[in-house]
Amino acid sequence: MNIFVLMKRTFDTEEKIVINNGQVSEDGAEFIINPYDEYAIEEAIQVRDQHGGEITVVTVGNEEAEKELRTALAMGCDKAVLINVEDDVEESDQYTTAKILAEYLKDKNPDLILAGNVAIDGGSGQVGPRVAELLGIPYVTTVTKLDIDGGKVTIVRDVEGDEEMIETSLPLLVTAQQGLNEPRYPSLPGIMKAKKKPLEELELDDLDLEEDDVKAKTKTIEIFLPPKKEAGRILQGELADQVKELVSLLHTEAKVV
Amino acid sequence: MARKVITLAEVRDGSLRNVSFEAIAAAKTIAEGGEVVAVLVGESVQSYANELIYYGADRVVVVENEKLKNYTSDGFSQALMAVIDAEKPEGIVFGHTALGKDLSPKIATKLNSGLISDVINVEEAGGNLVFTRPIYSGKAFEKKITTDEFIFVTVRPNNIPALERDESRTGNVSSLSVDIKDLRTIVKEIVRKTVEGVDLSEAKVIVAGGRGVKSAEGFEPLKELANVLGGAVGASRGACDAGYCDYSLQIGQTGKVVTPDLYIACGISGAIQHLAGMSNSKVIVAINKDPEANIFKVADYGIVGDLFEVVPLLAEEFKKLKVHS
Repeated sequence: MNIFVLMKRTFDTEEKIVINNGQVSEDGAEFIINPYDEYAIEEAIQVRDQHGGEITVVTVGNEEAEKELRTALAMGCDKAVLINVEDDVEESDQYTTAKILAEYLKDKNPDLILAGNVAIDGGSGQVGPRVAELLGIPYVTTVTKLDIDGGKVTIVRDVEGDEEMIETSLPLLVTAQQGLNEPRYPSLPGIMKAKKKPLEELELDDLDLEEDDVKAKTKTIEIFLPPKKEAGRILQGELADQVKELVSLLHTEAKVV
Repeated sequence: MARKVITLAEVRDGSLRNVSFEAIAAAKTIAEGGEVVAVLVGESVQSYANELIYYGADRVVVVENEKLKNYTSDGFSQALMAVIDAEKPEGIVFGHTALGKDLSPKIATKLNSGLISDVINVEEAGGNLVFTRPIYSGKAFEKKITTDEFIFVTVRPNNIPALERDESRTGNVSSLSVDIKDLRTIVKEIVRKTVEGVDLSEAKVIVAGGRGVKSAEGFEPLKELANVLGGAVGASRGACDAGYCDYSLQIGQTGKVVTPDLYIACGISGAIQHLAGMSNSKVIVAINKDPEANIFKVADYGIVGDLFEVVPLLAEEFKKLKVHS
């Protein structure tokens, strides 16, 4: 089976956001594989181990993303592709990223493409479905269970807490939801092997794309932090009295109940 | 510049979702005096049309087909594209719901359009329509504009106020017949797991538990309190990882981002990744044994104490309040 995983490098979830000159500062920040993409990678490995084939993990970014690609290889992916857009793309949005990925994938005959259902930085969840639509293949988002039997695919997806049972077929793109699996940690032999696995670097030129072809359709004009919360009130006294006071405050002062 | 804007209305469990009314309000701002047309898609949804008019839609287009009983991206995109072909809108607003998130990128791609997802505010500023949305799950925000004329956004539930319901509003309701074919994904079954609860993303009140809840049974008093308040139960990653509850309840940077009127955090320490998912709630109450817990830094009101004592007392007090008011 020809399997592809779409991966994004993101800030660690424990990072605080600092804004410098109107941009989110990356100084000293820890980066990780987007947590939802980790589920996608793990699922890809399980599918390959069961059905055979090869996994290529693909990212659009800059050379820094090599580290996360190596981690994906250490987990068990077979090949990595970095589409380095640092020199070519100044402003990108989900349209840009999807277009680049689809252009890369269009002649690769993928059977299965996996991605995270959302990236924890931008948080739009657009790229997966956009890529599927550009490739003309079906997609299922927020998947919590994936079973492949020949060409038939049975899926459970999370819909705001309810479960939908879906039947579909390959080729297919799915986006991973939490609960799909328990991503493995790279093993030491895995890390050693990853160093020798192929990591290909491409630029827009290699995909016959011009900067204009992938020009963003939306533009960020300002980034700001939420207003700092003032320290709240810790109630005092007997517990029962605190509870009475709290209910009264919520009712009369905060007016939320 | 006046523009025609369509919104997609969503029905869940036999009623229109609030976010459908909020989408109409957002569409009004985007339309800048142009027409707002609400679209209803389903097997039998005509009866909801008037309600959309009462909430401010100028017109409603209904697409009914037995193949649209359950949502599929193939089916609903065919219905929507038929409406878009007929109406030629210059803007589209969906709710940022499971359905909206799944469908909007497909439609945007078909239209070769940009898409600004998860919008919490729309304003006109300096001749542009400016859209505010959270990034890093609410640790920061960005303001975006579209570089094309066409505007496509999804709006986060609970943030853009709906217009006042007004039964004196009138508008035309029309049907569009669409041939739905070649569905590549088929919904075999929907298992309701949220029957008792209110949906987290639209809940006005959320009672959330963390590791301090200690077990699955430990969530019972929280459920009781949520019931009294007509709210939903949520959880921290710690509680989900420990197996006390389902991952679908998780609030945080991995999990759901929520902005209820009232968030009651019980036995939650307040890891940064959890705070990202809830710190933009209007009012936050923290209940924790540890007075040094991080959660108190974002709380409006805090009680230092054992949640198993405090939560049942709270439920009792709220019950009394309900009786009196």
